[in-house]
Amino acid sequence: MSADVLAVAEHRRGDLRDVSLELLTAGRELADETGGDLHAAVISGDVEAFGDRLNREGVDAVHTVAHGEEFNHDVYAQAVTTLIDEFDPAYVLAPNSVNGFDYVPAVADRLSIPLVTDVTDLAVDGSELTATREFHGGKTEGTVEIAGDRAALTIRAGGWPAASGNGDATVEPFEVEIDESAVRSTVTGFEEVGGGDVDITDADVLVSIGRGIREEDNLDLIFDLADAMDATVSASQPIIDNGWLPADHQVGQSGKVVTPEVYIAIGISGAVQHVAGMKGAETIVAINDDPSAPIFDIADYGIVDDLFEVVPALTEEFAG
Amino acid sequence: MNVLVAVTEAAVPDDEFEINGTEIDEQYLTYELNEWDEYALEEAAGLAEAHDNVEITTVTVGPERAEETIRKGLAKGADRAVRVWDDELAAVDLLAPATKARLLAGVAAQEEPELILAGAQSSDDSFGATGVALAAQLGYEWAAVINQLELDNDRGVATVHRELEGGVEELTEVELPAVATIQTGINEPRYASLRGIRQAQRKPLDVHTPADLGVESVASPLSLSELVEPESESNVSLFEGGAERTAGELAGVLREKGVEA
Repeated sequence: MSADVLAVAEHRRGDLRDVSLELLTAGRELADETGGDLHAAVISGDVEAFGDRLNREGVDAVHTVAHGEEFNHDVYAQAVTTLIDEFDPAYVLAPNSVNGFDYVPAVADRLSIPLVTDVTDLAVDGSELTATREFHGGKTEGTVEIAGDRAALTIRAGGWPAASGNGDATVEPFEVEIDESAVRSTVTGFEEVGGGDVDITDADVLVSIGRGIREEDNLDLIFDLADAMDATVSASQPIIDNGWLPADHQVGQSGKVVTPEVYIAIGISGAVQHVAGMKGAETIVAINDDPSAPIFDIADYGIVDDLFEVVPALTEEFAG
Repeated sequence: MNVLVAVTEAAVPDDEFEINGTEIDEQYLTYELNEWDEYALEEAAGLAEAHDNVEITTVTVGPERAEETIRKGLAKGADRAVRVWDDELAAVDLLAPATKARLLAGVAAQEEPELILAGAQSSDDSFGATGVALAAQLGYEWAAVINQLELDNDRGVATVHRELEGGVEELTEVELPAVATIQTGINEPRYASLRGIRQAQRKPLDVHTPADLGVESVASPLSLSELVEPESESNVSLFEGGAERTAGELAGVLREKGVEA
């Protein structure tokens, strides 16, 4: 059975989010296994420009749905439901993001499609789809068998490489008659919080600080290092709980999942809740004076020493 | 105004544990009030303080064991509790969010709440989907992953902030009745007072089966075929010596990885 795949992109305030291109890779792999086509869709905003960017190698068709500027879950739920009715994909992929959480369960429910969120791997065996995901805050990893021949799946960011190359898909507008009476939510604006434009999920290099910094004033050491390395500062939960950094800087199960090229954990013990948020980093460096800290179990490089000695020396290396 | 709070008990494994088949061995698990639901409960308790005539009901899908956790919710300000369970549910391997939402919708149909609060996710299964699926089933509006909530009963709307990625909050108005899924940090959960704990013992806790709620089958389209502990064999390369030497060697490795000022 050839089963088609529909990947629904995500954008915000004029930018296509990177995970949209990762979705295409996941979608292409899935379509290759089923022998189906990969459709991409983008809803609202500058859909023509977004549509062109989604036209990557391996994409068979791009559907653009022009309606308003920003994400609205009522509009997305209606548009994606209509797209599924029209193109009948077996599998629908969307990012496992705050906005993904805000409409995909509604679509799955309306169409009675099984939903699996935060998927890190997918496999098709015959006509049965299995999805790999974490449970228990990353302490376990499970393989979920999905009965039936359809599924909605939200994909963890950083789990697949971004699709590249120019595609030869048809990029065409898709008309959706939005029932405005069913749009009962209004996005009235956006607010930058804390660091404003700091997006720890988008950083290539993260300098991350934990309890080992001891006092708020000592954070300057970390900011100096980040400046010297052109890196972004993130933190583990105790730092956020103390109010030393805004909540959007938090890495971990109740914070953000990050997948930078380099993650430098300083004074972070590596509790499982924290590790759940950063173990996907390409290279992990740990600086901690406790040799038995669990962070060293997942680190690629480590220094067992006083951070107040090592950090200034490292800053010197890059500043000098 | 009725406020329904969906409360779940999360299974928290010890640091060291063993897996039998597709389950963590029971002796390594403790069951706790799900972290996100603590904030949902507190948000409801805050609403009851700020508005007149708010009645808070909690609803939990879980076995008799969960009643201890449910009483904690009652001690923190909920007025009544409903628990849903039967043997068929006990036999379900992996409860699908849609199935759980059907059970919660059955309770909501009886309570007719203006507002339903649920944790944005559970710490064990972490589907993060039940609240929005519940809204879809009830035909309610919804807002996922919120870190601020204000009710305007006169206009019949809730104004919420949704915590997006990258330090941006989305400001949204949703019409009531609505489901809001609550992010950690939206408030500071209170501790139960002794008086609250005493009172909780006398508050009503009703138990329903899925059939009572008109849910015929709780069969799940999802099943776990494998559960493993991710490998974490340490292969860390340690730099040794004084801080200047280790920092210098680390800097060399980082430069190779493309880190530069």
